[in-house]
This record gives sequence, C-alpha cells and structure tokens, in this order.
Amino acid sequence: MKKNLKEKQKRGFMRDWILLGMILIIAVVLLSIFPDRQGAVTNTLWDYFIEMMLILPAVMVILGLFAVYASKETVIKYIGKTSGLKGIFLAIILGALPTGPLYIAFPMAAVLLKKGAKISNIIIFLSAWACIKIPQEMVELQFLGIQFMISRLILTIIFVVLMGLFIERIIKWSDKEGGVKNEV
Amino acid sequence: MNITAIIINGIAVVALLIAFIKDKEKAIKSLKIAGKSFIRMLPMVFIIIIIIGLLLGFVPANQISRFVGEQSGFLGILLVGVVGALMHIPALLSFPLAASLLEKGASVSAVAAFITTLTMIGTITLPLEIKELGKKMALLRNGISFVIAIIIALIMGAIL
Repeated sequence: MKKNLKEKQKRGFMRDWILLGMILIIAVVLLSIFPDRQGAVTNTLWDYFIEMMLILPAVMVILGLFAVYASKETVIKYIGKTSGLKGIFLAIILGALPTGPLYIAFPMAAVLLKKGAKISNIIIFLSAWACIKIPQEMVELQFLGIQFMISRLILTIIFVVLMGLFIERIIKWSDKEGGVKNEV
Repeated sequence: MNITAIIINGIAVVALLIAFIKDKEKAIKSLKIAGKSFIRMLPMVFIIIIIIGLLLGFVPANQISRFVGEQSGFLGILLVGVVGALMHIPALLSFPLAASLLEKGASVSAVAAFITTLTMIGTITLPLEIKELGKKMALLRNGISFVIAIIIALIMGAIL
C-alpha cells in the first residue's frame, strides 16, 4: 500500500514536469510570435515568482513541523471523544492543522466513523481539512488580502458547521426511514 | 517584502528554532519533509506562474470580465464553481491564480467560488472518499459543498 502510494506520487511528479515542459514550449512559441508581449509577460512571471518564493519555503517548513508533531492518533483521539460545541471547535482546529493532503484524512475519518464519533464532527473535520488549512489561509492572505481572507474564512466556518449538522440529520433520518432498503 | 510574508517567515523560523531546541532529530525530520514537499510542488508552481503570465499578457481584460466579471452574473459564478470543482491543482497555488484573475477584472464572487469549490470538492479523490466513507456521506458532502460554495461566493460579492 505504501509502496503503491510512493509510486503514484513519483508518476504524478513526472507528469507535472512533462506538463511544465509543454507549457514552457507553448509560452516560448507564443512569445516569439508576439515579441511585443514579452516585456509584460516576463514582468508578471517575475513578480509572481518572487511573491511565491517569499512565502512557500516558510509555509512548507510549518507544514513539515506539523506533520512530525501532530500525529494522526492524537487527532483521532480528540475528535472521537468530544461532542457538542467543543467537538465542533476541535474538529475545525484539528482539521485546519497543516498535516497533509485530503486523501490522508479519508481513512482517518473512516476510523472515526467506526469508533462512533459524531457524523457532524467528521464532516466538519473533513471540510476544515480541505478548505480551512492554516497554510492555505496564509497564502490567501498574501495574495488576496486580509479582507478577502477573513470574510471567506468566517463564512466557510459557519457554512461548514451548518453542513455538518445538516448531513448528520439526513443520514440519521435516512437510516431510520430506509432500514433494510438502504442496507445495500 | 510585505508584512504577510515577514510574519509567515517569522513564524516558521521561530517554530523551527523551538523544534531544534526541544528535539533535534524531530526538527531535522520535519525539515526533510518540508524540503520534499517543496520540491514536489515546484513544477506545479512554475506551471501556474507561466499560466498566470500568459493569461495576463495575452487574454484581454474585457474577455476575462465577460466570462467571470460582474456582468457574467450568476451563471458566471456557477461556471467558475464547476471549473474549480473539476480542477486538480494544489490549493496553495489557486490563490495566486485567483489574484491574477481578480487583477484582470474577475468579480470577487467568481474568485471566491473558484477557490472554495477547488478546495472543498475533490472530484479526483471522490472514489477514495466513497470507498472510505460510503456513497451517501461522500456524495452529500461534495454536493452540499458545491451549494454552500456558491452561497459563500454570493455573500462575498455582496460584502466586498
């Protein structure tokens, strides 16, 4: 399983480089056909490159630290046993910790589900993991400004919590209604 | 260097120092993870930067605002939302892309819809999500996420 994942990552990495080569060729061809655009394009390239390099290494360092210090087991332990407002709060915070891509979170959510954690908290945890990640918010702040970042963050938290509660209702209701029918 | 970048780098340096003082081995391990993820992300970073460069250099602003600007209205927001849901790029890189669109006349709503669906909805990871959590939960989460992404986008457009 682990080997499989590594191979997949390697293939994805190769694919990215090939894609980069293709886009580079397109860019060079386009720019040699329209030399008057060269100045504007290279300026933009340079500006965005600098802006990215100013923050990406730091963001990656923070990511790496959390990957080592916040273990999956602790996260599962905390979300599994809390409920109510505290549970919601914890699900958001632990989901927002920079601990890796979303596909890591699904198996964790599955474990939580088996352990009997609240469905709403699992949904909130997954969604926070997907879109309220701390490094993401940092990069959003850098590129889109504080007003944009804060308002989107607050709205996302509100709606993700509502969605979690709503999905829990639906699943509980359909389990009760459907009974045998839904067992497939 | 702007304030955001200074703060983020400051946090990273302080956290790293604390980690080194507390446990050198763990700190080195996390630096290795950081380096690996950085290198893994690098080609995508260049791809996005080149796309932004070409976008800003070749696509006229009025074309961008026609499709994703204020006048494209609700349909434009929906369209961008669908594109975001289907696209599979690291979330970190969606922000510079969004900023370049905004610079070129895209509406706040469209940009918010793009980022929100891109991060919340995973069409590529959906099979895995279904496998781990079941069809009902996975489809509900992704489906409702799309709806709330559009609502968030509309509110963002109204308040900003």
